[in-house]
Amino acid sequence: MALSDKDRIFTNLYGLHDWRLEAARKRGHWDGTKALLEKGRDWIIEEVKNSGLRGRGGAGFPTGLKWSFMPKQSDGRPHYLVVNSDESEPGTCKDRDILRHDPHTLVEGCLIAGVAMGAHAGYIYVRGEYYNEHLVLQAAIDEAYAAGLIGPNACGSGWDFDLYVHRGAGAYICGEETALIESLEGKKGMPRLKPPFPAAVGLYGCPSTVNNVETIAVVPTILRRGAAWFAGFGRPKNSGTKIFCIQGHVNKPCNVEEEMSIPLRELIERHAGGVRGGWDNLLAVIPGGSSTPMIPKSVCDDVLMDFDALREHRTGLGTAGVIVMDKSTDLIKAIARLSAFYKHESCGQCTPCREGMGWVKRMMDRMVEGRAEVAEIDVLEQVTRQIEGHTICALADGGVWPVQGLIRHFRPLMEERIAAYKAAKGSPEPTLPMAAE
Amino acid sequence: MTTPDTPVAFEQPESFAFDAESEAAIEKIIKRYPPGRQASAVIPLLYVVQRQMKRQTGSAWVPEKGMDAVAARLGMAPIRVYEVATFYFMFNMKPIGTYHLQVCGTTPCWLRGSDEVFRACKDAAQVSGYGQTSADGMFTLSEVECMGACVNAPILCVDDDYYEDLDYARTVALIEALRRGERPKPGSMIGRQTSAPEGGPLVLTEIPGE
Amino acid sequence: MAKVTVDGIEVEVPNGVSVLQACEAAGKEIPRFCYHERLSVAGNCRMCLVEVEKAPKPIASCAYPVADGMKVFTDSEMVRKGRRGVMEFLLINHPLDCPICDQGGECDLQDQAMAYGLDKSRYKEEKRVVTDKYMGPLIKTIMTRCIQCTRCVRFATEVAGVPELGATNRGENMEIGTYVEKALTTELSGNLIDICPVGALTSRPYAFVSRPWELRKTDSVDVLDATGTNIRVDARSGEVLRILPRTNDDVNEEWMADRGRFSFDGLKRRRLDRPWVRKDGKLQPASWGEAFAAIAARLKGVPGEKIGAVAGPLADAEATLALRDLMGALGSRNLECRTDGAAVDASRRDFYTFNTGIAGIEDADALLIIGANPRTEAPVINARIRKRVVAGGFPVGFVGPRGLNLTYAHDWLGEGGVTLRALAQGSHRFNEVLRAAKKPMLILGRGALTRPDGAAVLAAAWKIAAENNMLQPEWHGFNLLHHFGGQVAALDLGFTGGMAAGLEVLFLLGAEPTQLPDGAFVVYQGHHGEAAAGRADVILPGAAYTEKDATWVNTEGRVQHGRLAVYPPGEAREDWKILRALSELLGRRLPYDTLDALRAKLAEANPVFAGRGFVPHGCADSSGPAGDPAAVSDAPFALTVTNYWQADPISRASPTMAECARVYGAPQARLAAE
Repeated sequence: MALSDKDRIFTNLYGLHDWRLEAARKRGHWDGTKALLEKGRDWIIEEVKNSGLRGRGGAGFPTGLKWSFMPKQSDGRPHYLVVNSDESEPGTCKDRDILRHDPHTLVEGCLIAGVAMGAHAGYIYVRGEYYNEHLVLQAAIDEAYAAGLIGPNACGSGWDFDLYVHRGAGAYICGEETALIESLEGKKGMPRLKPPFPAAVGLYGCPSTVNNVETIAVVPTILRRGAAWFAGFGRPKNSGTKIFCIQGHVNKPCNVEEEMSIPLRELIERHAGGVRGGWDNLLAVIPGGSSTPMIPKSVCDDVLMDFDALREHRTGLGTAGVIVMDKSTDLIKAIARLSAFYKHESCGQCTPCREGMGWVKRMMDRMVEGRAEVAEIDVLEQVTRQIEGHTICALADGGVWPVQGLIRHFRPLMEERIAAYKAAKGSPEPTLPMAAE
Repeated sequence: MTTPDTPVAFEQPESFAFDAESEAAIEKIIKRYPPGRQASAVIPLLYVVQRQMKRQTGSAWVPEKGMDAVAARLGMAPIRVYEVATFYFMFNMKPIGTYHLQVCGTTPCWLRGSDEVFRACKDAAQVSGYGQTSADGMFTLSEVECMGACVNAPILCVDDDYYEDLDYARTVALIEALRRGERPKPGSMIGRQTSAPEGGPLVLTEIPGE
Repeated sequence: MAKVTVDGIEVEVPNGVSVLQACEAAGKEIPRFCYHERLSVAGNCRMCLVEVEKAPKPIASCAYPVADGMKVFTDSEMVRKGRRGVMEFLLINHPLDCPICDQGGECDLQDQAMAYGLDKSRYKEEKRVVTDKYMGPLIKTIMTRCIQCTRCVRFATEVAGVPELGATNRGENMEIGTYVEKALTTELSGNLIDICPVGALTSRPYAFVSRPWELRKTDSVDVLDATGTNIRVDARSGEVLRILPRTNDDVNEEWMADRGRFSFDGLKRRRLDRPWVRKDGKLQPASWGEAFAAIAARLKGVPGEKIGAVAGPLADAEATLALRDLMGALGSRNLECRTDGAAVDASRRDFYTFNTGIAGIEDADALLIIGANPRTEAPVINARIRKRVVAGGFPVGFVGPRGLNLTYAHDWLGEGGVTLRALAQGSHRFNEVLRAAKKPMLILGRGALTRPDGAAVLAAAWKIAAENNMLQPEWHGFNLLHHFGGQVAALDLGFTGGMAAGLEVLFLLGAEPTQLPDGAFVVYQGHHGEAAAGRADVILPGAAYTEKDATWVNTEGRVQHGRLAVYPPGEAREDWKILRALSELLGRRLPYDTLDALRAKLAEANPVFAGRGFVPHGCADSSGPAGDPAAVSDAPFALTVTNYWQADPISRASPTMAECARVYGAPQARLAAE
C-alpha cells in the first residue's frame, strides 16, 4: 500500500506546477490559515504533538514537545523561530525541492509555528549554495507580505510576524542548531555548549526554536487535515509522510514523498526503478544520509524505513537520504570519501573532532589502498570510539559512525584489501619507531 | 610532515569602497536584523564584496580591504570578519577565474561518476587540478563537498548554478558552451523534470495544475 | 547552594558554578587546557571530561553547571578513557620537540601527558606543520605546537581589550593569529605567554635562555609603574633572566604589564657599577673611600639650609628614609620627591593615593577619568577597569585628549580645564551620571598635576569627588594614579619640603630634576646614569629594585616588600647601606645597622609602614586640599607618559624596549575602534 497523491503534502515536489502564491492557493496552501491561528498556540502544539510528527532534520525529536519548551510568557525578550535550511548532509536534497517548488507551504508553516511559540520573527537559514532556491523563497515571502499573509496582522489574525531569509556560505556544521544560531549572529559556525538550550538562550540570547524546513512545511497540512490523518501513516511513534531521496546505484534516482515505515526494498523498486542490475546486485545501503551507518543487503531485504526499525539495526532514518551501493562499489572508498567530508567540515573547536577526523581520514585513505596492517583496523575502530561522544556537537559522532558501520559489516573486505596490497607490494613501509609523544 | 601552505602570489588591492549597487544591497540587508545586531549581516556583506569584485574585476573574491570595509560598516573588529570569511567555504580568499567550476566529489556524486566530471573539467577547461585556474584565466576548478542535489548526481556547480545528471561528454559540452560565452539553462542536463525519476514523475500525476 | 558528590566526597557549592569548580572544592584536580578561570569558558579542549551519574557520555566539567544531588566521578574508567583519548589527539599533531622548546619543564601538555599519555604513538600519518606568526617584538610563536585552546584569543579580546587575535580557517586547518600581519597593540602581551598552555607562544627575549629548574626564584614587586604588580624574579648566576607575575587578586590578579616584564635587560646596560668623582672637571673612576671623602670635603662648613636632597620615582622607602634622616642630621629641610613638578598634596594620605583600591574598581558603578591614560600609565589597572566595563552598568567619562583607545568605550567629555570646571561646578551632563551612581569614582592622573595650575586641578578633582557622592563613610572614590613604584613612599615619608634657593650641595637619589641649581655640588646615587649623573660631581652606584630588599608603596598606598634577587653589579650597593656608610664618615651615624632596625624606624616615621598591604577605607573628612578649584585654566590636559616603552631609566636602557618603541612607532593617540 503506497501513499496516494491525495495524501501527499508536497504537491509540487517536482515543480510540475507554478510555485507562486496563486497556484499554491489552488493546491490548498494558505487555506483557512486565520482560523487555524485563532485556535491558539496551545491547540496548535497539541495537534502537532498528537500527529506524532518528529523532526525531519535527522535527529527525529518530537516537534510538538520541542515547541512546548518555549516559555509560555515572554520575559521581555522576543522569541525567535529559526528554520534550518542548511541542508548539507550528503545524500539529502529534499528541502531544496520545498524551497524552490513549494515555498508557500514553508512560509505558511513558519507563521503557524511562530504563533505556536510566541515568535514575531523568523529567520530561514538557507545554505549558501542554494542561491537560486533562496531567490524563489524570497519571492514567495515577498508575495506573502504583499497579500497580507505575513507581516503586521498576518492573515488578519492580529499576530504580527516577520520572516527573513539568511544565506549561509558553505559550512555543513551550520546545520547543527547552535552553530546555525552562531552563524546567524555573524560568527563562525561553532556549536555552543549546552546547556543552556536555545529555547532558553538562543538567537541573540532570546528563546528560540530551530526546526528543519520539512518539519515546518508539513505543519499547515497536518492542522488542516487533522493530527489523526497524519498519525495514520507509518507505525506508531514513526508517523506521517516523509520525503525520501533515493540515489546512488538505482536505475532512476529521485525524491519522493512516501509513507513512513515503507519497506526499503519497496521504496527503491517502486519509485527509483530498482537497484542497478537487480536487487541481487545490491551490496549495501546508507539509509538516512551520510551520518547513518550502512546496512548490508541482508538487512535491506526487509527493513522498514522509520526511526525505530533502523535503530534496531544500529543505524538511523536520519534525513532519509537513501544512498544505494551495488556490488561494483568500492565500499571502503565510498566511506573514505565520507571521512574526507567530515574532516573538511569539522569546525575545529573540539580536540577529538579537529584532530581525530584527519586521523580517521588518513587511515581510511590507506585502507582504500590496503596499505596498512590488519591490526590497524582495530586502531581505526578505537580512534572512532575515542572521538564518539567526546565533543560538543554530534558532527563527530556522525563522522565516525559510517566508518564503524563499514568495519562492523565489511571487515573481511578490508582485510582482503590489506592482504592484496601485501601480495602485490610487500608489507607497507615500516614507520620509524617513535618515542613517547 | 606536511609543509605549510606556500602563499600564492597575488596582489591585494590597496583599497576597497562599496559602489552604489553594493550600497543599495547593504541598505536592504541591514534592515533584516534587529538594531544592535548588525554583525548578523557579515556573511551577506561578504557576498556583497565578492559580487562587487566580480563586477569590477571579473573575479569573484574577497580582498583584505573588502573585509576591513565590512568590519567598519558593521562595527566589528576586523579579525572577527577574517575569521568568518576564512571559516566559510564560499568566500574566495584569492582571485579566481571568470567561471568557478565546482565539482561535488562527495560519495553520492562519486557513486554516480563525479570522477568523470572532474576529468572532463580538467580536459575541457584546461585546468591541471583542484585549486587551479586555467592559463587563460577563464576557469577555476574546485572540489566542493555535498551540494545537496544528490538525486541528480553527479553535479557541477558553475558560479551559482547547478548543472545536474552529468557525465564526461555532457560536462565537456557544458564547458565548451561557457567558453563560447553561452550560459546553458541550469538543471538536469538530460532533460529530467527536476528531482523526479528519469522518464517522468511516477507520483503527483493526479495533482490538478493551474 | 547545591549538594554535589564528587568521588564520594560531598561538597556544597553555589548554584550555577561549574562541575569543575565543584570538583576543585572537593579537592579533585581536573586537567584542563582551554579552561582559564579569568577567561570565558570555551569548552573545546575536552580534557576536563568527568562522568556524571546517569549521563550516557562524559561531560566537559568546565562548562557544565552543577545540579543539586549530582554525583560526579573524576576517576572512573569512562573518564580515564576519555582523557587518554583527548591526550592522544592533542599529541598526534604536536611536535616532539620538547628538548628544544622553551616551555619544557613548565608545560601543561607535558605534565598532563605524564598522567594521560601513551608510551608510544599510534599515529603513522603526516604531522601538521603550521606557519609561525608574527605578533610583535615580545612574543615568539611556534604555531605547530599550538593546540587551538583559544586562550590567547580570549585573553586578547576579553582582558586586554584588543580584538586582534583570532582563529582563522576551520577544522584541522584552524590557525591562531592576526591574519593580516601586525604586532599586537597591547601593553599586556606578555600575559599571552603565561596563559598559553604549550610552547606555541613563548617569550622572544627569553628564547633558549634557560630551563625553569635552573632558575632561582625570588618574590618581588614591579616598580616600573605604580600598580605594585606582584612579581617573581627568575635569576641564574647573578643575572635576571625573566620576570613573571605572581597572582594577587587584590592587585594584579595574575597579569603583568609588558614594560615591567620585559625591560630587565636594561638592568645590565648603562649601569653605574662603581663610584665616580669629578676631578679637573671630568668624572673619573674612584673608590668608595675617595667618593665619600670628596663629599665630606665639600660638605665641610656648608650650613644645612644650603644642602638639599631629591628622591627619584624609583627610590625605595628604606633609602628614602635614610636620606631624609641624613639630611635631618645635616640640618637640612630641603627635601623634594616631586621631580615632575606635580602639585601633589601630601598633607593627607587620601589626597595622594588610589583610595578605592584596585579591586575596589569592581565595586564602583561610574568612573570619571581626568588627565590620565590608564592604559599606558598602569596597564594592569586599566585591565581591571575594562573588566568592570565589560560586566556592564559602568559609564566611563573621560577628560583629556580626544580619540584615545582605552580598550573600552568611554564618554569623551572634553579636553581640559573648561570641562573640569564645569564638572566641579556640577553643571556638566556627566554630573548627573555620577550623582545617580551609588559608588562613583574618579581617577586623576598624576600628570594632570604637573601643570602650572596643578594645585587648582587637584582641588577641583577633590571638589568633584566631594560633591558627586564619591566621598562616603564606607566608600572613597577619589583616586590619584601615580606613575612609578617609589612615588607614594616618598610622600608617606614627607619628602616634600621644597627647595630653598642657592643650594650648594644637592643629593639626588635616582632623581632627574628638570633643572639643577647652577654651581651646586651634585651627588648622584642611583643605578643608571642619565643626564643628572653626567652632571654630577660624585656618583654613588646604587641598586636597582631587583637587587635589594626593599619596601614599596603602590598607588593605592599598599605597602609591599620586594626581595633581593641578584646582587648589585660591580661595586654598587643597596642604597640605604650606602647612605648609612656615608653618614658614619660624615660623623652623623644613622641609628640603624640592620634592615630590621631601619624598618622599625620606617614604622615610627609613618605607621603605614608597620603594616603590609592595603586597608580599604571610606572618607571621613571631605574637606579638600588647598587650591582654588575655580583657578583651573582652560588648557587641555596633555598626557605625560607619551612613550610607554621607555618611560623610566631601566626601560630606556633596555634593547627590548627600544625594539618595542621602534615597532610601535612614535607615540600617538590611537583612534578608538568603537
